Amino acid sequence: MSMRGTLRAMPTLLRVGVSEAVAYRAEMFIWVLSTTMPFISMALWTAVARYAPVGRYTSADFVRYFLAAFVVRQMTGAWAAWMINYEVRQGTLAMRLLRPISPLWAYAAENLGAMPLRLVVVTPVAIAAVYLQGWSSVPQTVWGWAFFLVALFGGWLITFLVNVALGTLSLYMESSTKLMDVWFALFYVFSGYLYPVELFPPALKGLVDWLPFRYQVGLPVELMTNKHDFWTALTLLGAQWLWVGLLLLVSVVLWKRGLKRFAAFGG
Amino acid sequence: MISVRDLRKHYQVHKRPPGLMAAFRSLIHRTYTTVKAVDGISFEIKPGERVGFLGPNGAGKTTTLKVLSGLLHPSGGEVMVDDHVPRHREDAFLKKIMLVMGQKQQLLWDLPPSETFELNRAIYDVSRAQFKQTLDELVTLLDLGDLIGKPARQLSLGERMKCELAAALIHRPKVLFLDEPTIGLDVSMQVTMRTFIKSYNERHGATLILTSHYMDDVAALCPRVIVIDKGQLSYDGGLDALVQRVRPEKRVVLRLEQAVDVARLAALGKVVTHDNATAVLQVPQEAVNTTVSRALSTLPVQDLTVENAPLEEVMSELFAETKARRETVSA
Repeated sequence: MSMRGTLRAMPTLLRVGVSEAVAYRAEMFIWVLSTTMPFISMALWTAVARYAPVGRYTSADFVRYFLAAFVVRQMTGAWAAWMINYEVRQGTLAMRLLRPISPLWAYAAENLGAMPLRLVVVTPVAIAAVYLQGWSSVPQTVWGWAFFLVALFGGWLITFLVNVALGTLSLYMESSTKLMDVWFALFYVFSGYLYPVELFPPALKGLVDWLPFRYQVGLPVELMTNKHDFWTALTLLGAQWLWVGLLLLVSVVLWKRGLKRFAAFGG
Repeated sequence: MISVRDLRKHYQVHKRPPGLMAAFRSLIHRTYTTVKAVDGISFEIKPGERVGFLGPNGAGKTTTLKVLSGLLHPSGGEVMVDDHVPRHREDAFLKKIMLVMGQKQQLLWDLPPSETFELNRAIYDVSRAQFKQTLDELVTLLDLGDLIGKPARQLSLGERMKCELAAALIHRPKVLFLDEPTIGLDVSMQVTMRTFIKSYNERHGATLILTSHYMDDVAALCPRVIVIDKGQLSYDGGLDALVQRVRPEKRVVLRLEQAVDVARLAALGKVVTHDNATAVLQVPQEAVNTTVSRALSTLPVQDLTVENAPLEEVMSELFAETKARRETVSA
């Protein structure tokens, strides 16, 4: 479908995505419960920083950081890899491929459709962060808000595109969900989800800057909690969007090549 | 409209014997065999034709439909559908066709069918006015009234299938591929579906290819049939001509006023079935007139009809014939 046609169809796709998210609300709230790890990390790290800061993080900074990590994780979640795996194995991807719009747009709309419901969960947490820790829990400048929102969208795009790329590998191998498990193992270590990445030793932190994980969660959290000046933030945003571009290329190439191998199993 | 030349679709399939050791061995050494799902078939279909695509399970029917609808890339040969190469999956092509699979659904499972209809309207870029007109027509003809507001998961199989068909037709496809659309439906729902499909073809001049294991579907909808078996074409022509070729004999069905001895029936022709009230005789076509007049004059006949052999029998005889021919060739 042309880009104009896709953009015209997108509001309906998003509206249907929201309706589906509402239909699956119980499942979503259970998923939210499984993403409360930042609260556990918050308890641990605030205890560690009770008597002296860790790096430049005080107890209050850790509270701000992990409340922001919870918010960002909710707003950057995607599950397209599991959908693609399921639909390739069952052959139901065929029904999507018959439509004159790339299934990738449909997956994106379905994933984004969950955001309004997630906002219902994260808004009270963000308000609580401001109430408990003051306005430094959220960006304090116009550019800070703009950079944070761009980083949040970039973080979601990286998560979604990784899902697409790894999910698409199910067209090449029998199932690729285990690869997502490997990705998650690395994500927990390098993304800043369980601890701020600046607490890594300098050599390791250099490596983290070159990997995509930090740009999924760490960067939006750092921007939400005002950890960077304008130019550092801009540089990091540039790196994040380079990853977005690279992953977009990889996932689209894998997808297009993979479709030639699609066997449309089952019936 | 549809042109298929020497179409081939071959798969590499991993094969291993059962058992744990075989499973471990397959980690190191995997054996593949080539399955020829479709092996060099050719045919042409004109605009507006209704064609039955028949064959036993595993014959290659669904694979062919998937190639024609652009889902599968052929291993060889040429396929054109309304001047498009299906595997290129151009938007213009996808807007002209639809594949309805009785065993797959496009309805959003937890939402009412009306949501899927609206989604398809947006995706196929159908104007609001045309959408309303089409939907009103579909709701009336398929009696969808109350159904389109209930979540799809709460609909019965028949209700869901009617909604599936409606969702598939929102963009008024010119070419409709139907893969066992009546599978699992009760008899009255099958009739509803057939009547609707035929009227869609007549009203919109749509080209239609149908696969079904229900011969009533084929008899009601398809003047022409293409039969494939093991990926190869074994018949392409009129349905009546197929019956004439495979089973030239006719069936004389007698409703009797009283029981008749089987020996008296056997004198008229081959007795296919027989009980106190009915008898079915099989006779050569040229002997039909004689048999009918003899039956009327010598037996207590209440009612008499002359029919072709049931299509199911014709098909199974054709498949057996094809299999025997294949075995002879390979021997």
